[in-house]
Amino acid sequence: MSKSVTDVICPFCGTLCDDLEVIVSDDGKKIEDIYNACAIGAEKFMHAQAADRVKKPRMQQPDGTYKEVSYDEAVDYTAKMFHKARKPLMYGWSSTSCEAQSIGHEIAEKAGAIVDNTATVCHGTTLIAVQDVGIPSCTLGEIKNRADRIIFWGCNPCHAHPRHQSRYSIFPRGYFTNKGHKNRKMIVVDPRDSDTAKMADYHFKLEQGRDYELLSALRVALRNEPLPETVAGIPREKIIEVAEVLKSGRFGIIFFGMGVTQTLSKNHNIDNAIMLTKDLNEFTKFSIMAMRGHYNVTGSGQVLGWQFGFPYAVDLSRGFARYNPGETTSNDLLRRDEVDAIFVLGSDPGAHFPISSVRKIAKLPSVCVDPHITPTSEISKLHVPVAFVGVEVGGNCYRMDNVPIEARKVVDPPEGMLTDVEFLDRVNKRLDQLMGGKK
Amino acid sequence: MSEYLIKNGFVFDPTQGIKGDKADIAVKDGKIVKSTEISSKAKTIDASGKTVMAGAVEIHAHIAGPKVNEGRNYRPEDKLFTYTPKGAGKRMAGGFSIPTTFKTGYEYARMGYTTAMEAAMPPLFARHVHEEIKDTPIIDEGAYPVFGNNWFVMEYLKNQEIENTAAYISWLLEVTKGVAIKVVNPGGTEAWGWGLNCLTIDDPVPYFDITPAEIVKGLIEANEYLGLPHSVHIHQNSLGNPGNYTVTLDTLKLAEKFKAKNKFGREQVLHSTHLQFHSYGGDNWGNFESKSKEVMDYVNTQKNITVDTGCVTLDETTTMTADGPFEHHLTELNHLKWANVDVELETAAGIVPYVYSPDIKVCEIQWAIGLEIALFTKDHMRTFITTDHPNAGPFIRYPRIIKWLMSAEARKERIDTFKHGAKMIEATHIAGIDRELTLYEIAQMTRAGPAKSLGMANLYGGLAPGMDADVVVYDFNPNTPHKPDDIEKAFSRAAYVMKTGVPVVIDGEVVNNGNKRTIWVHAKVNENPQVMRDIKDKFLRYYSVTQANYDVSKHFVPNPYVIEVDAT
Amino acid sequence: MEGGKEKDAYTKACGIIEMDPSDLKKLGAWRGTNVRVTSKYGEVVVKAVEATQGPHPGLAYIPMGPWANSVVNPNTYSTGMPTFKGTPVEVEIAMNEPVLSSVHLVQKKCRGEA
Repeated sequence: MSKSVTDVICPFCGTLCDDLEVIVSDDGKKIEDIYNACAIGAEKFMHAQAADRVKKPRMQQPDGTYKEVSYDEAVDYTAKMFHKARKPLMYGWSSTSCEAQSIGHEIAEKAGAIVDNTATVCHGTTLIAVQDVGIPSCTLGEIKNRADRIIFWGCNPCHAHPRHQSRYSIFPRGYFTNKGHKNRKMIVVDPRDSDTAKMADYHFKLEQGRDYELLSALRVALRNEPLPETVAGIPREKIIEVAEVLKSGRFGIIFFGMGVTQTLSKNHNIDNAIMLTKDLNEFTKFSIMAMRGHYNVTGSGQVLGWQFGFPYAVDLSRGFARYNPGETTSNDLLRRDEVDAIFVLGSDPGAHFPISSVRKIAKLPSVCVDPHITPTSEISKLHVPVAFVGVEVGGNCYRMDNVPIEARKVVDPPEGMLTDVEFLDRVNKRLDQLMGGKK
Repeated sequence: MSEYLIKNGFVFDPTQGIKGDKADIAVKDGKIVKSTEISSKAKTIDASGKTVMAGAVEIHAHIAGPKVNEGRNYRPEDKLFTYTPKGAGKRMAGGFSIPTTFKTGYEYARMGYTTAMEAAMPPLFARHVHEEIKDTPIIDEGAYPVFGNNWFVMEYLKNQEIENTAAYISWLLEVTKGVAIKVVNPGGTEAWGWGLNCLTIDDPVPYFDITPAEIVKGLIEANEYLGLPHSVHIHQNSLGNPGNYTVTLDTLKLAEKFKAKNKFGREQVLHSTHLQFHSYGGDNWGNFESKSKEVMDYVNTQKNITVDTGCVTLDETTTMTADGPFEHHLTELNHLKWANVDVELETAAGIVPYVYSPDIKVCEIQWAIGLEIALFTKDHMRTFITTDHPNAGPFIRYPRIIKWLMSAEARKERIDTFKHGAKMIEATHIAGIDRELTLYEIAQMTRAGPAKSLGMANLYGGLAPGMDADVVVYDFNPNTPHKPDDIEKAFSRAAYVMKTGVPVVIDGEVVNNGNKRTIWVHAKVNENPQVMRDIKDKFLRYYSVTQANYDVSKHFVPNPYVIEVDAT
Repeated sequence: MEGGKEKDAYTKACGIIEMDPSDLKKLGAWRGTNVRVTSKYGEVVVKAVEATQGPHPGLAYIPMGPWANSVVNPNTYSTGMPTFKGTPVEVEIAMNEPVLSSVHLVQKKCRGEA
């Protein structure tokens, strides 16, 4: 007999779908089937079941190979690394629970570490822009119930957030949107003919890197001021037409992604997109939202916020919290050789950082806590496998619109495997012992 | 647990009518007891020459949750020069108008506050609010979920279905672990979903065919039907607008025909919060003036109403409210960065930094109005000190407000340095008021009064045997001559603070994280299948989370204090 | 990507460069040819494929992953964010050179072997 677990949260992307149904074997050990998930989400659950999964911590040997060690040894190595380091970097925190983040921050205070999350290579520039100009936004249910103008700017939800459009943004029939997608006009801004762009009522196929100009042009068009013949490769008439479409809506939203945050101008692109949103509120109701990637990168920003007052790149090395993107951000620290140890949990900088930063990580004392084998685990001195959050252990997470949803445990982790929380808790206690009540 | 005797202090305790008499306070197992009930082993705290009061109770502050945290995260500048490093048992802590959770707990405790209410919890974000409350040390906390723009409430009240409204409220309090019914800009915040607002109590809410007046009346009725400890707690329509005092009086009058019905000793049916923001005359910023007298003249005659001041402290701060349209209006005025969150089916919130400058006439007038409300008050058991933290100023300024209220000289000093002092005096009453509040009245406004209004007078706000041992000693001798600044100094850093029998502050420094609790109200009602069906239906069709994932599970509230209400 | 980064599927999904058909033609490469991509910041061998979400002549696309990160501009210009998009690159045919798996690529780069 199998049993069904309902209302399961998907620990993949920031859409944080919470309606999955997972069929589990009677002994509670094996996932047999998954309903309602997208292909990527389903794969994530299935990957937890892989036969070749690493179940013991592994220490890198001088020849570059790895040897199994006990969790006790792993805890000891990690705590000693923190104890010895003068300025360790604790990076990741986006694929784990808020409970784990919280213990990580306690360790960071004691060790004088820098805590940075994946926003640093994702929506960090968005966070900077918000600090400059604010952000008018809403929850995803508001989009479902009210929105009739949807812009996807530099993002491709068809691939990165597969159920976003069906759950919230394009197709659902809400309270004031009972005709579903027929109530909505969809505008996509992307230099490529992405699969999302192919669905759009209007596709602005702009020249790569010209987002700032196009955003400015829309703001000009709203004010009925003169525009050049083309902006960013888009004809003036089209820009004016779309500006009218936006104004004539009852409730609009701009969703934006890496296409704007990682392109040159970075935070200034987002500044301008937010100001466009603010301008549109002179005519109708408009919101803007970042398409956050990892399922709990938002949560990391929240926990850092209430504990230290900053959403990422928090430097505790001086005994109080500092924040200065460009200085206290992971890639800048690594490029300038400012950190002397690195602890990674819930992310894969080996795959997601420029290779010059990755080379620096490989040279440092390093611990990678991750259920998977990743490029990061394979260059770290110590790899500690842990239970999958959202599959084998629960914990709180925050959706891209900051709505908190508690992830569920679906199956037991392999016998003897620690969770993030358990491992961090043991490191924290060992560090206390090493410090003997000092520091 | 241990025993304590706080000896020889000048005790101010309105719950027992003690007005500065020298008395001893005995504590055993976390409760106040009669002096005869403790043994000779009790630890003695010498309070001679000092003022002794119960732990203070914060009735309205924004200290935990999504908008507070957005404020923290989007204002890195608020942390400048504010950080204190970690210490033994203490986390590093920083922030000024929106301090970190740790700093929030430490700073309240250092001022002698031992209980605080988060004033606006969006139900969908309740889990976030409780995560922050869990990380706020020392003080007991509760949170008010917002109901004034909730689709269920508006749909039930449109048809005058009080029983269904009450059943829904009971359900929501339980799943969000909430304390009371908060109403923010009734109807206006739903209208803000379309960029609109309700500026009077008779403006219809778009699509919902109901008025703010009907929402307020219906919620009062539901509140008394349930017999909740606190009354409806309202932030009225048209906040912050010149001439809004008429709307304020219209709303207050709605309470006239209702009677409080509860087992907690609460007498009011309506708490009107941050009244300063609602007591404005004039019709533009040029002829803007105080209407505190008109408003307080009415409040003074109505036992049915309690209020808090919302005093402007003249600081750079961060405004944040579930009054979404107001914050949009504010950003249009001051052009500072605007954050907004509309929350599906429930509410909205906005955030804008604000500088209350002593060089701006309007800010000077606002400062005066806040103090006038306290000074025009006849019964200080019904008017409480707040800053609507952080909206009119940060809560760490309470000692300064106490100084202004207790000293006409301090007020004059402040007025003398205003840039538009003469114009301010013309538009307000403050310069003509020589009243100086007593320590007893301060104890009413910060302890016994708010505790009674919350329906928690059996627990908090007093020093009678049987109550929680929340005891504060201030290094202030009321019987010797003092300068106004001595008041501020003494109330800023309590000499000794005990929280449910545990010493948490000694000589103004935090020494213990106490035994913090989260208060919530469990209101039992008869089974109501219709409301349960409606809830299920709304989750299926309109919410973006499933009903099963909405409930805040128990481990987010690790040390609960549940107040039971039986409305069956 | 959620199935395991050490697996072939990840290399097939991200160890590629999506190019416009006209650019492929200019290069004289077939679909599926291995090519060497070189920028000011590094080089990497990936498989050239025809853009599925095209056309966009002159614009090539390597998905996020260690292959792209071997050539992108790491400079953050004091924003914290490396400049992941808009890096000018040269593409040449490298028929006989293998596309390394993510783990091997990163390990080799770290050892200075690639």
